[in-house]
Amino acid sequence: MSEAKHERLGLERQQLQGMLQTMLTARKIDERMWLLNRAGKIPFVISCQGHEAAQVGAVTALRPDEDYLLPYYRDMGMVLHFGMTVKDLMMAGFARAEDPNSGGRQMPGHFGSKKHRIVTGSSPVTTQVPHAVGFAMAGKIKKENFVCLTSFGEGSSNQGDFHEAANFAGVHRLPVIFFCENNHYAISVPVDRQIACERVSDRASSYGMHGETIDGNDPLAVYEAVKNAADRGRDGAGPSLIETMSYRLTPHSSDDDDRSYRSRDEVDDARKKDGIVTFTEYLKTRELLTDTEEKDMHDAIQQTIDEATEAAEEAAYAEAETTLDHVYHS
Amino acid sequence: MATSNFISAVTQALKEEMERDDGVFVLGEDVGAKGGVFRATEGLYEQFGELRVLDTPLAESAIAGVGIGAAMYGLRPVAEMQFADFMLPAVNQIISEAAKIRYRSNNDWDVPITVRAPYGGGIHGALYHSQSLEALFASTPGLKVVIPSTPYDVKGLLKAAIRDPDPVLFFEHKKAYRLIKGEVPEEDYTVPIGTADVKREGEDVTVMTYGLCVHFALEAAEKLEAEGISTHVLDLRTVYPLDHAAVVEAARHTGKILLVTEDNKEGSVLNEAAATIAENCLFDLDAPVERLAAPDVPAMPYASPLEKHYMMNTEKVEKAIRELAEF
Repeated sequence: MSEAKHERLGLERQQLQGMLQTMLTARKIDERMWLLNRAGKIPFVISCQGHEAAQVGAVTALRPDEDYLLPYYRDMGMVLHFGMTVKDLMMAGFARAEDPNSGGRQMPGHFGSKKHRIVTGSSPVTTQVPHAVGFAMAGKIKKENFVCLTSFGEGSSNQGDFHEAANFAGVHRLPVIFFCENNHYAISVPVDRQIACERVSDRASSYGMHGETIDGNDPLAVYEAVKNAADRGRDGAGPSLIETMSYRLTPHSSDDDDRSYRSRDEVDDARKKDGIVTFTEYLKTRELLTDTEEKDMHDAIQQTIDEATEAAEEAAYAEAETTLDHVYHS
Repeated sequence: MATSNFISAVTQALKEEMERDDGVFVLGEDVGAKGGVFRATEGLYEQFGELRVLDTPLAESAIAGVGIGAAMYGLRPVAEMQFADFMLPAVNQIISEAAKIRYRSNNDWDVPITVRAPYGGGIHGALYHSQSLEALFASTPGLKVVIPSTPYDVKGLLKAAIRDPDPVLFFEHKKAYRLIKGEVPEEDYTVPIGTADVKREGEDVTVMTYGLCVHFALEAAEKLEAEGISTHVLDLRTVYPLDHAAVVEAARHTGKILLVTEDNKEGSVLNEAAATIAENCLFDLDAPVERLAAPDVPAMPYASPLEKHYMMNTEKVEKAIRELAEF
């Protein structure tokens, strides 16, 4: 039998289980958010479901203590790896004062934490992409060796900010990983109505950078691609565009009904390829995860989410008068 | 004290701030070897090198967005927009991002960026090299919008902008660049952002304005002095957020107020001054508040007679002051 992929990549049992745990945690938080939304307890959810394998594979290849993350709204798997806790995310879901992302000012999914090197984001898509280039440019000026990973959807890859930022990073050979999570739909519009080229990664060559498209359901393949991109960045070889092919398993958000634009069969087919299912199988087949370990992992995550939900539900909103705070430095 | 022209004061402020703090860097189109299309960054490339005087690709949203990223990292970028008219592709970055980052992150992140842009007309720049864009940004909490009128204020306010922990838009009238001269101390000093300045004391009429129009007001005031009309000139300097206290004080001082801008009349930043006066000075007024501004047409045309018709000048201001004095 040939060497297994994780062995070739130098990933060990504990790391692999850690990856699965983060993927599962993101999924289960997301599922809880939907329940809370449908129960009328939180106003809004925007999902990571279907993207966890790509997200966790990518960030496992980074150094959270020195690299910067400029995520988009689906990246729960990424921010968990960079240090955001389940409780933090629940506080954001409930818009509580303790939400470290914004103190309840922004909708859920608008991640940010200076302590964790997660750069604050907004809702107009792709605006974070030039910021990643700015962080990388600052690093070059200061002779630092970190890389910046910024993520976005395939629809967002049409925004001027993507093209302007990619070109800028290409010209100045900056260590930016442009990470496109292609989930086939920009809300309702399918990818063949979004881009004229076959793949988003085809756009890389225009900007003098490496581009590749990989299976977003395979966290090990994503890890490898991002590890190579990070190495290139640290070595001064410039930016990379990594496109992962995933599928959005939920509607766009809690306010969307996807039945008007895609078939149930299509969604059911995608569920069979869900990275959480296939990666669990990969680990179990190679005796890297026992049934007991799997059950314990699920139970522990569930308990953490239950506790976080309760804590967030009981936590206070920010005082109304604080609406006026922090417009300018004071 | 050395006499300097307006643009030399820009260069001097940039150079001194870059010497003082190695986190200060300039980015924009043609700012490097060429020294900028107006020569604002002349000599900086040679002194500080290509990384700190960074020629960017021709893409304004990236200039703003990359600057915002570098500012969040902790540097002090000074982004140059070649003409204010070309800033519009960067507006999403300025309004949705720079202005809101401190607020939306609950004070976790900040954006200490300065965005410089030449604005204004009277130089045959036509529709797209002559505009005044300040009103576009002057209803955006989180931003500060500074428009200096003298070389002294340019140096002090630009230094203050660079050191400011929040995003500052710094508009420089391009006709002032080589026309306006004044004394500029060689030593380090700042002028506080957010404070208006009385540029001339007078008793009959108060003119409130900013940028190049301050000089039209001062010239008109000089001429009217001979006729016995005494004009008070308040230079707003920061048009957003406005120095409301100074506006009220200057309005009460004479009771006759003329607001002057090169921008279109409807929706200009001076309307905030007019509203502030209306709210606070009803019983202090001796005449209706007057506005003197450009007509409400899209922008100033190229042909000389048309441009002159649009443009503010000393004669228009003089006439308006005289009429108000006689009211």
